[in-house]
Amino acid sequence: MALIGPAFGSFALLAALGVVLGRHAAGRWLVYGGSLLACLLLLATGIGALDAPPETLVLPVGLPWTGAHLRLDPLSGAFLALIGIGGAGASLFAVGYGRDEHAPQRVLPFYPAFLAGMTLVVLADDAFSFLFAWELMSLASWALVMADHRPDATARAGYVYLLMATFSGMTLLLAFGLLAGTGGGYAFAQMRAAQPAPFIAGLAFALALIGTGAKAGLVPLQVWLPLAHPAAPSHVSALMSGVMTKVAIYGFLRIVLDLLGAAAWWQAVVVLALGGITAVFGVLQAVMERDLKRLLACSTIENVGIVFVAIGLAMAFRANGIAGGAALALTAALFHCLNHTLFKSLLFQVSGAVLVATGTRDLERLGGLIHRLPVTAIAALVGCAAIAALPPLNGFASEWLIFQAVLLRPDLPQWGLKLMLPVDGALLALAAALAAACFVRAYGIVFLGRPRSEAAAVAQEVDPVSRAAMLIFAALCALAGLFPGVVIDALAPVVQPFAGGRMPVQLGEDWLTVVPVDAARGTYNGLLVGVFILGSAALAAAAVHRLGSRAVRRGPAWDCGFPDPRPITQYGGDSFAQPLRRVFGSVVFQTQEQVDMPRPGEMRAAAIVKSIRDPVWDLLYVPLGGFVARLSDRMNGLQFLTIRRYLGFVFAMLIVLLLALTVTQ
Amino acid sequence: MHGLSFDIAHMLAGSLVLVSFLMLYQVRLTALLHVLALHALVLAASVAWQAHIQDAPHLYVTAAMALGFKALLIPWALRRIVFRLGIHREIETVGGIGLTMLGGMALVALSLQVMLPVTAMSDPVAREDIALALSVVLIGLLMMVTRRNAVSQVVGFLSLENGIILAATGARGMPLVVEISVAFSVLIAFIVVGIFLFRIRERFDTVDVGALDEVRGGRA
Repeated sequence: MALIGPAFGSFALLAALGVVLGRHAAGRWLVYGGSLLACLLLLATGIGALDAPPETLVLPVGLPWTGAHLRLDPLSGAFLALIGIGGAGASLFAVGYGRDEHAPQRVLPFYPAFLAGMTLVVLADDAFSFLFAWELMSLASWALVMADHRPDATARAGYVYLLMATFSGMTLLLAFGLLAGTGGGYAFAQMRAAQPAPFIAGLAFALALIGTGAKAGLVPLQVWLPLAHPAAPSHVSALMSGVMTKVAIYGFLRIVLDLLGAAAWWQAVVVLALGGITAVFGVLQAVMERDLKRLLACSTIENVGIVFVAIGLAMAFRANGIAGGAALALTAALFHCLNHTLFKSLLFQVSGAVLVATGTRDLERLGGLIHRLPVTAIAALVGCAAIAALPPLNGFASEWLIFQAVLLRPDLPQWGLKLMLPVDGALLALAAALAAACFVRAYGIVFLGRPRSEAAAVAQEVDPVSRAAMLIFAALCALAGLFPGVVIDALAPVVQPFAGGRMPVQLGEDWLTVVPVDAARGTYNGLLVGVFILGSAALAAAAVHRLGSRAVRRGPAWDCGFPDPRPITQYGGDSFAQPLRRVFGSVVFQTQEQVDMPRPGEMRAAAIVKSIRDPVWDLLYVPLGGFVARLSDRMNGLQFLTIRRYLGFVFAMLIVLLLALTVTQ
Repeated sequence: MHGLSFDIAHMLAGSLVLVSFLMLYQVRLTALLHVLALHALVLAASVAWQAHIQDAPHLYVTAAMALGFKALLIPWALRRIVFRLGIHREIETVGGIGLTMLGGMALVALSLQVMLPVTAMSDPVAREDIALALSVVLIGLLMMVTRRNAVSQVVGFLSLENGIILAATGARGMPLVVEISVAFSVLIAFIVVGIFLFRIRERFDTVDVGALDEVRGGRA
């Protein structure tokens, strides 16, 4: 807790520096360098708090008679460390990347404020501080999304984001209002002690799920995410996707597991269903996306869905008193949060590097970058393999744990859970397979093949600081995958109070094997798998070179007997996605392809036109928007009444309120 | 002595409600202004009595201000305005006097019903006063809603303000500065309204507020 003060102080100082020195190169170095140090402080504090008793602090600011309560317990510590890692990575990358910023004065002041807002959310211990920090985080990130405000798409993204952020804040406000009850106990300690009626608790749960789900990107509240995350500068996108969604998940965990206490089993069913749908929906969108950063944002939706499935499992086990299962599922959820922060930060950094090198994010204009950006390509390969859940990287470790939790007890007593668990297992498996396809496509189209545009052909490798940031994150992805036991053991004290138990101690196992429940039910050893993969690959390479030729030759790619040298003849992003688009897209997204053939004698080229509709947008937001528009048309008449009618309204309202007072007292 | 002082305070506040009722059915502007002066006079008497029984000399200042400004100055000025506008012979169409009176009675019942349980703990004199003051305020609002003539709306507003003063003086320990500032704000509101009345008249040849709405293209 001692390091929190300096961290906040430096965030405030850096934001002020960002205002003053926004246009200077020194401002970039100071703000990002300072943020890096402050984030490392947060990381140290967070790791230190994992295994320590909760510390509290009451500041004499904020709501009268409540003050600002701060609390650092293991759960806050875990997410504080996560903010520290993600923030440090984004800051380090930005030291180099920020040089190519169009308008740094529009980014620098808000960047430390955004970090401070997220930090305060995980530390807040009363509703007022929590909501204040939540709004600070939303507003600062909104300002960062609007940093490059000229494209129309950005303005729309900012508008939709602001609407969703306001909506999320409102629902959380109502949820806290219900939790505080009529006594008005706004400190979390009072909410923990209170025992709300089942109906009130259910309502508060629904509001919390909507409020935090809107921020995390849960279907059907995810529409803003693929618009807003890519619109921000890439290091901010990394923070928004990698860290802010985790802060939203923290909010859900804090309210549902901690403040509400024991959950009913139907709540677990709701979370499981939404999580499964979100995972598949997000990855289907990602696999069809043409824009690299939007693809990453859609994949964030998928990963949020996976985390919510794990949380739902933990809630289901907890409702049935299965402590081991709850601990396994919750550990898996937190582990996947960490992993997603690592590889999504890495991949957004890669997208930033590609953007700097080529000036475009359109997959159909990239290609062949492995020759031009070799370091970025290696980092990207690690990130893509990790997010596609390939062993021995970290994505596999956490998703494997989640599958272990799904398979643990298919025989829960409630019919809803009995039906839901196999469905969720199937949805997760589908999402994992599609994610692999998605990132094979992303990596293959961007880095392999021949360049599809002039800009991609002459791209230059990015600056050394950015490269270092990417390599560090690639190394972290590999480390977390090779030694998952370390992370699992570190998370045990976080999980303990909520699950009522913990996973078996991993560091005592031979060869760093991960044992989710007991050795008879399946184990995983990342290190052995890694050694085996490396060894067999080295052996195969040696054999090929030994038995074949030692020389490395470069020759023209085989052209299938079709000697058209233009890059457009090679496989593209859309062609790669076509089978999936036809199988899944025609049902979910109503995708249609039409061949636009020129008539005989016409000189233009033929074209294939594809259309994709977003069902969530069409079925939920368009009718909702129409309803609001019609309602405001009706209400518009209220602006043109006579003075007497206005007075009459005031009078009538006064009478109604007085009558209500008479009736209720 | 306590019983008597209580009865007199109660009687004066009750008279204020009665005069409010008188206002509701005055269709001639000059008569309405006379009733307004009477309203302020009763208020001044009531405040003076409060000053006497609470032993609070600063309330005499309030009473004097009520007498000077509200009972004499403002009715006189409004009367001049009405004469200069030449509308002193006009008869205002007040829709359904009986209905309005019934509404006023319902309002008095409502305010008694609201206020008496709420203030159960406080001083009985203040209790009755506040309940009656709320009726005066509500009747003033009712008058503003039912009248079409701008002058009558001003009168309704002034009677409403009298109700507020009554409530304020009924409660012990009300600082003088609050009353003075309220009095001044009313005076300024009166001046502004007076100027507007002339402006409206210049433009539209009437002080019927319906004319304003026609100009604005409203859907009245």
